[in-house]
Amino acid sequence: MSTTVYYDGTWQGLLTAIFEDYEYRLQSCIIVKSGTAVTQSLFGRTHQVYTDKKKALRVKNGLLKNVGKVALQELYCAFLSEKEGIEVLILRVVQYYMAGEKSVHSNYAHEDVLQIKKIHKSVMRERHRFKAFVRFRESTDGIFLALIEPDFNVLPLISTHFKDRYADQLWIIYDVKRQYGLHYDKSTVREIVFDKSIDVKQLEAVCSTEEQLYDRLWKRYFQSTNIVERKNTKLHVQHVPKRYWKYLNEKEG
Amino acid sequence: MQAERIQEKLEILADAAKYDVSCSSSGSNRKNTKRGLGNTGAGICHTYTEDGRCVSLLKILLTNHCIFDCAYCVSRRSNDIKRAAFTVQEVVDLTINFYRRNYIEGLFLSSGIFKDADFTMERLVLVAKKLRQEHHFNGYIHLKTIPGASDELLYEAGLYADRLSVNLEIPTESGLKLLAPEKNRKDMDEPMDYLKGEIVRTKEEKKIIKSTPKFAPAGQSTQMIIGAADETDRHIIQTANHYYATYQLKRVYYSGYIPISHDKRLPGIGAAVPAIRENRLYQTDWLMRFYGFRHDEVLDEQHPNLDLDIDPKLSWALRHLDQFPVDINKSPYELIVRVPGIGVTSAKKIVAARKFGKLRLEHLQKIGVSLNKVRYFIICEGFLPLKSDKPAVLLKQYILAESQSKYQKALSSQLSLF
Repeated sequence: MSTTVYYDGTWQGLLTAIFEDYEYRLQSCIIVKSGTAVTQSLFGRTHQVYTDKKKALRVKNGLLKNVGKVALQELYCAFLSEKEGIEVLILRVVQYYMAGEKSVHSNYAHEDVLQIKKIHKSVMRERHRFKAFVRFRESTDGIFLALIEPDFNVLPLISTHFKDRYADQLWIIYDVKRQYGLHYDKSTVREIVFDKSIDVKQLEAVCSTEEQLYDRLWKRYFQSTNIVERKNTKLHVQHVPKRYWKYLNEKEG
Repeated sequence: MQAERIQEKLEILADAAKYDVSCSSSGSNRKNTKRGLGNTGAGICHTYTEDGRCVSLLKILLTNHCIFDCAYCVSRRSNDIKRAAFTVQEVVDLTINFYRRNYIEGLFLSSGIFKDADFTMERLVLVAKKLRQEHHFNGYIHLKTIPGASDELLYEAGLYADRLSVNLEIPTESGLKLLAPEKNRKDMDEPMDYLKGEIVRTKEEKKIIKSTPKFAPAGQSTQMIIGAADETDRHIIQTANHYYATYQLKRVYYSGYIPISHDKRLPGIGAAVPAIRENRLYQTDWLMRFYGFRHDEVLDEQHPNLDLDIDPKLSWALRHLDQFPVDINKSPYELIVRVPGIGVTSAKKIVAARKFGKLRLEHLQKIGVSLNKVRYFIICEGFLPLKSDKPAVLLKQYILAESQSKYQKALSSQLSLF
């Protein structure tokens, strides 16, 4: 009998769910974040997962042993895509990885494995984009603030990059869509959530005169470095899709 | 007032620098030490201009004043244009402030030659030195090597910069003589040779003494202007191959000439930028660096120019039908990567996936191989190549008829001229 499984929406939670699917022979057909409305089948069971670090770790270690770090990271990235049904796909792939011989994760001819690779690739592309498409504005109190709205939940994947690069600088990168951000205080990065009463757009507007100068200089530079004779709008939009323009100051009107 | 002047300088000196096509910011691995600013290695393109080129580095000239009068260059001394010069501090401030806002990966600083080579080189080096020592900047720095600069200055440049480059300007010596009579190839070769020696020496030393300071860790590159003189593609690729081999260059860039002058020696203003030719040259460059092709396999005496309507690998394959079909499930990687329509990534995936079972056409499609081309050149499980008895001319027609080249429009207008 198939089961609808509820978990807390975290990676640890999903790993726990995968462990319990095996432990209780659940035959999970739907795994969703608690609170999500799903159409229950008449005879289906439901199961609530309580995140258990030990169970999660056992799944993690099992994967590390069977398919290694890279394949595990691929699954984590696929999870961050937040795509509908991603949990069950990950479950199936984990089962395939655990049952099979070594290095089955390079079987590009396997439907589910290929699917994971594809999603992983698009998440990594988004991650790479958000190393690029972050634009800091220096506020009057010296904090460099950037707002983003990535397609996937890439903040966990870019945290180290920005921490290493801007080690001597106070910064915040805030995901407006998912309503949380990263704050770096020159020693550690912490997750933050702005109070609902704060209008993030307003925050961005408070900036120094120096900020206005460099903002203007950047826009001028962007225009001057363009070669009009080689205009290629199609290629331009392919590299910088329009949905990202909102927070790129050089693309402001 | 001050701000206005900086803006004007930036416009002039970015505009003059934009013809240098190098944009690479990877290939170096400078870590952020002592909680300074920045690192390299990520190779990030922060934005793209409307012509579709990536913006990774702040690419500017220190000045566009120049004592030379090279026909193909906008900054030539006889050209009546606005001139400007940055101070060292202005370049440093721009770099740091652009970097902190995550606009750029670093700085690409070039310059017109004012006074003499050493005077110019000294100022380029000073910018890099200030960035590294006073601002603890670990982002990417690409400096132009000025032909004729002294070894001492070149050495110092190597200590602060990630990459150094000398532009070859024109692929052939005869072309260079015609368009830039004040320059000669020897002056360009000398600094490249010196720097290559230092780069090799540093690498050797680093194996023994870990603390040996970095020396131009991203190596050297160069650039050639395409279509300004009357060189063939074979000339260009031979030159590129020579510089890759002799000076261990990391990259050769090909820059389609953009008409900027009424000089009779050059294509006139309004002539099209040879964008497709430029692209075919880059494809050939890739074939040499990543696909195991020798330069004389792609271009030879009988075929001195690249086809514009098909890519160089397909063109090679059609001339060497005796080497096909390739068996996807048995042939070594080196042969698979030579099949038209299979890239390096797909070839690696094929070799990995075939261990788990025989691959069929549908597997290849899912891996990301373009079947339109490969199906004339391969054998795989349940599949034999199409039209294997047909001559190359016909195969080319079949492939072209079913493909949608992004150049179709540009090609039909360029070809109809003949």
